[in-house]
Amino acid sequence: MEADSGDLFEKMKLLLKKIRNSFSRVPLIGWLLGALIAVVLEYSLGESLADILMLPKIPVLFGFVIMLKKPLLIPSVIIFVLLIYALPISAVARLSAPLTNRLAAKLFSLPILISVVIHLGLLYAVLHLWSDISAYRVLTLKLTLIAVMVTLSLNVVNGYMGEFSCSHPGFMALGAYGASVVTVFLFANDKLFGTAILPSALGPFIFPLALIIGGMVAALGALFIAIPSFRTRGDYLAIISLAFMFIVKSMIENLEIVGGPRGLSSQPDYAGLPTVFLWTVACIWIINNFVRSTLGKALNAIRDDEMAANAMTVNTRRTKIVAFLFAAFWAGVAGGLFAHVLRYVNPGTFGLQKLAEVLAMVYFGGLNSVYGSIVGAVSLSLLSEALRPLEIFKWIIIPLLLILVMIYRPTGLIAFKEFNVMNLLKPKPMPEKED
Amino acid sequence: MTFFWQNLVNALQWGSFYALIALGYSMVYGILMLFNFAHGDIFMVGAYIGFGAAAGITALASMGGFALPNWVILVLTIIISMFLTSFVGILVERVGYRPLREAPRASAAITGLMIGIILETGNLALLGARRVSFPALIKSTTYNLGGVYVTNKKIMIVGVSLMLMLGLHQFVRRTKYGMAMRAMAFDYVVVPLMGVSINTIAAMTFAIGSALAAAAGILFGIAYPVLDPYMGIVFGWKAFVAAILGGRGSILGATLAGFLLGFIEIFVAMIFPSTLRDLIAYTIILLILTFRPHGFFGEPYSARLRL
Repeated sequence: MEADSGDLFEKMKLLLKKIRNSFSRVPLIGWLLGALIAVVLEYSLGESLADILMLPKIPVLFGFVIMLKKPLLIPSVIIFVLLIYALPISAVARLSAPLTNRLAAKLFSLPILISVVIHLGLLYAVLHLWSDISAYRVLTLKLTLIAVMVTLSLNVVNGYMGEFSCSHPGFMALGAYGASVVTVFLFANDKLFGTAILPSALGPFIFPLALIIGGMVAALGALFIAIPSFRTRGDYLAIISLAFMFIVKSMIENLEIVGGPRGLSSQPDYAGLPTVFLWTVACIWIINNFVRSTLGKALNAIRDDEMAANAMTVNTRRTKIVAFLFAAFWAGVAGGLFAHVLRYVNPGTFGLQKLAEVLAMVYFGGLNSVYGSIVGAVSLSLLSEALRPLEIFKWIIIPLLLILVMIYRPTGLIAFKEFNVMNLLKPKPMPEKED
Repeated sequence: MTFFWQNLVNALQWGSFYALIALGYSMVYGILMLFNFAHGDIFMVGAYIGFGAAAGITALASMGGFALPNWVILVLTIIISMFLTSFVGILVERVGYRPLREAPRASAAITGLMIGIILETGNLALLGARRVSFPALIKSTTYNLGGVYVTNKKIMIVGVSLMLMLGLHQFVRRTKYGMAMRAMAFDYVVVPLMGVSINTIAAMTFAIGSALAAAAGILFGIAYPVLDPYMGIVFGWKAFVAAILGGRGSILGATLAGFLLGFIEIFVAMIFPSTLRDLIAYTIILLILTFRPHGFFGEPYSARLRL
């Protein structure tokens, strides 16, 4: 009996390995194709399939919410997810692997930019169709993308430069208010700023500018942290950045011109999914290039040994200033998008809770890694949405999960891994036979 | 002038909460070079345990048919709460900090933060969202000292805090364990080789810090008798600021900085509109740290420190 079960276990392991091997040959474009087909299926057949399975509507977040709310529906949800997502994705990805590999090889020989644009286009199509099902999905997706931006920008300071900066909610607040003031002042009929100045047709074109202004405001604020960081680091800098966060929050609360503690509303609706997606892609691209540049490597040098870095001709002051301003800029842009997605901001949003959330995403995903930030931000935002029906117990499960991750992988899930686009996009032909 | 003295009294009371909590941060920092970010929530737990203890003792006494004087209940409450809360501190050390002793410091900070969230949420789940009010154990009487109004509560709060601080000082200076703590703070690599267990000392430090936080929680409950599960967040972070301001690992520094923070907050709120309190208080702290980056009694950044 014992030997039997051991045998079974071995067999299972072999089977799993076989499956993994057969899927390891699927290039990224194959997965995207599979996902596209899955969302198309859901878009066209989801409604009727949900009817057949007696689900009230299409499960919004892969059925987590429904499963937690009504345990009776668990089997139908599992069938739904299998039929709509798991089976089509894996079948298409696996079966089309030879085809997509050839396609990937062809794309790979083209200039990288074209290949990237095609992949991103596919990804966007998937996300767009997926989120078209309900407004809730759109909102969740937008907030997740914004969380990716914030996490990445914090990772520049906390992961790559090795400081413990607590000021990111402050930067977000500055960006949110900076961008909101511009758009509300120019394009909205509002109690605080009066009637619109420019015709609203110009709005979407000025909006990127407004976001950049928001980012600049945040970067300007970052000077207050960057300059003390010359003389001190570690805990004292953590306090300075924490104090900065409190100061920003308190300052906005006292500025009656932007609404004070009541917040600022009636931002025009410019932050659609395409806009947020494009900004997120730009953020990932630019930050990835930044951390792989000489300056980015200088950040690592400062983290590992500031004095040695200085001796090796790294201009530590310039590097620190650039890193802080850069990170703050992207946090500000993310904040601006955040304000326009919710179309309302108040200073209370950017407090200690936001800080804990962002820090958790960075350290959960992994330090010093673009992959890690993406994984951390996406998984924690989706998890916190999926566990929503558990109400307050959500805030016991998520922290427990984080503690476990910290204990077993102290630097996060995917730390110190380079984000290599070439590697990601390359075709994955049959591996050489290995024994 | 009476205006000044009146606020001085208020600030002393407000500062003693900060100082008591900041001591816990500072001691843990001295030993492990880590901040216990769950400390603010341990303060909250201490206040709640105190609430439970006070209610329990009163109920027991009335069941037994004898009436205890209020001050006996108070003393018992403080002792029970300090004792029980110290185990919460030990638990936090055991679960969140001991497995991470060799990990990057930020990871331990994250576990601390998360344990704090678990404590808050656990409390919320256990007791529900309603606020509980701390039983009035002391009957408030007001003395008029030349125009300055002082209540007996304030005198007791400041007195008990000062006593606890003095007690801690004596413990650290005079006892063997205190000596071990100081030695560990001086060099945590070599001292364990001399037969002092870092695990024992770290657990003890967490326990003492938590006990002080529990005392602060009860004193807070006496002064402002409304408890809610999130009361530890703001207090915890502010006391953290005080601990840093005092200089890392410095007990005297943490005490002074705690009082200073109390003074700044009270006086800012008196002179300016109270909405500006955080703004001005933190600007002052930012300025102090910009010109004195290592706090009052901290040693400058050196290679010895694990950064």
